[in-house]
Amino acid sequence: MEVILIFISASIVNNFVLSYFLGICPFVGVSNKTESALNMGLATTFVMTLTAAITWPVWTYVLVNFNIPFLQYVAFIIVIAALVQFVEMFIRKSSPHLYRALGIYLPLITTNCAVLGLALFMVLREYNYIESIFFGFGTGVGFTLAILMMSGIREELEFADVPEVFKGISITLIVAGMMALAFMGFAGLIRG
Amino acid sequence: MTGNIVIISIVSMGAIGAVLSFFLAYADKKLKVQEDPRIEALLNILPNTNCGGCGMAGCRVFAEALIQGNASVAGCVAGGQAVADNIAKYLGVESAQTNRIVAVVLCRGGDKETVKSAVYKGEATCVAANLTGGEKACTYSCIGYGDCVEACKFDAMTMNDNGLPVVFYDACVGCGACARACPRNIIEMHPIEHKLFNYCRNKDKGAIARKVCSVSCIACSLCVKDCTVEGGIEMIDNLAVVSYDKCPQDDQPTKRCPTECIRFGEEEKMTKDAYYASLPKKAV
Repeated sequence: MEVILIFISASIVNNFVLSYFLGICPFVGVSNKTESALNMGLATTFVMTLTAAITWPVWTYVLVNFNIPFLQYVAFIIVIAALVQFVEMFIRKSSPHLYRALGIYLPLITTNCAVLGLALFMVLREYNYIESIFFGFGTGVGFTLAILMMSGIREELEFADVPEVFKGISITLIVAGMMALAFMGFAGLIRG
Repeated sequence: MTGNIVIISIVSMGAIGAVLSFFLAYADKKLKVQEDPRIEALLNILPNTNCGGCGMAGCRVFAEALIQGNASVAGCVAGGQAVADNIAKYLGVESAQTNRIVAVVLCRGGDKETVKSAVYKGEATCVAANLTGGEKACTYSCIGYGDCVEACKFDAMTMNDNGLPVVFYDACVGCGACARACPRNIIEMHPIEHKLFNYCRNKDKGAIARKVCSVSCIACSLCVKDCTVEGGIEMIDNLAVVSYDKCPQDDQPTKRCPTECIRFGEEEKMTKDAYYASLPKKAV
């Protein structure tokens, strides 16, 4: 039950993009087309789940065990960077088309603050291993949900009569703000 | 104790790094992608400026398209005939004639010729100024902040003392970056054989166009009548438009133009050295 709560909390109620404003760069950058947005979301979800699965043992058995918790940023960044490298190789092998569509945003998952934020939150909230994995997966699902909805709206916006000065990034950020407002409606669902 | 922590930190971080790098090295072996070696060879022939003049996302994409046969060997505008010949030689196909294309700035309304209707104090780029209309009363004119010069990767443009961009025809490769950068679309790409241009984009009626600029096209139709071939020049939206497939490239239509906006472009074609030689010498 606790695990399901954590999953729903991470994916919907405390959505990383729309309530913590983490990972805005790919959220704005890759939400032009639904297809590449979905793939970006899936790649990020994969990285996030693996990050949670690997940083938890690193944190518990290395950093806490040897009493060096101040190295958490360095250790987490190394793990995330290695994982993103792996995902990049994997996608390049399995789908060159997707590799080109994601472009620069794929290596940029390394510096996606949502991924690092997930590892840090996981430590801060003292989740156990199973909870951490569900937290990571839930966060990824939340990110996918947000970027997918955003790309759907942006595809419709292509045909909308947007005032000249709002075109491009500004209307995207305004829409993101409105989506965040709408997501605030879930706030009462779960505490914390 | 402090020394202990340092050692533990170094060893544990080193261990994490080592484990991950072994994992990545193994994954790299397993997931290696075989790439066509011809792409690398073609990239060595191409100028690698990634200018986008071929209409593709960069030199690598163009090289891939060449191998798949989806691009012409003469497609690289920045490289010109020499590169086209080398590509054809490498791929073992017949070379094709490249078309030399250059940018033409179709506005002569600089600071001296145009009327100012406002003062603009915002961001000094054409894209930003275009949102408010810019300083000049003519809303079709060059805005004059040099977005096109910024966009040029080949150092083939500069802003002259009259606030208008100048294209150096010896340096321009025809990639079209300036034409895409211009928010008012007054820069067009033309084959170098085109010499007769209407250097005005103002679509307002003659009386209005005349008020905002002394070198605007006022739609008087004299050039249409003077063109030696019927229909070589047409009036569309209060603008004289030259049909390059019909109109002979001579200076006949320019002779009676009251505002001298339609010109026989030979005198406009400036080379880099000639431009800098024409500038007044600064005191040393």
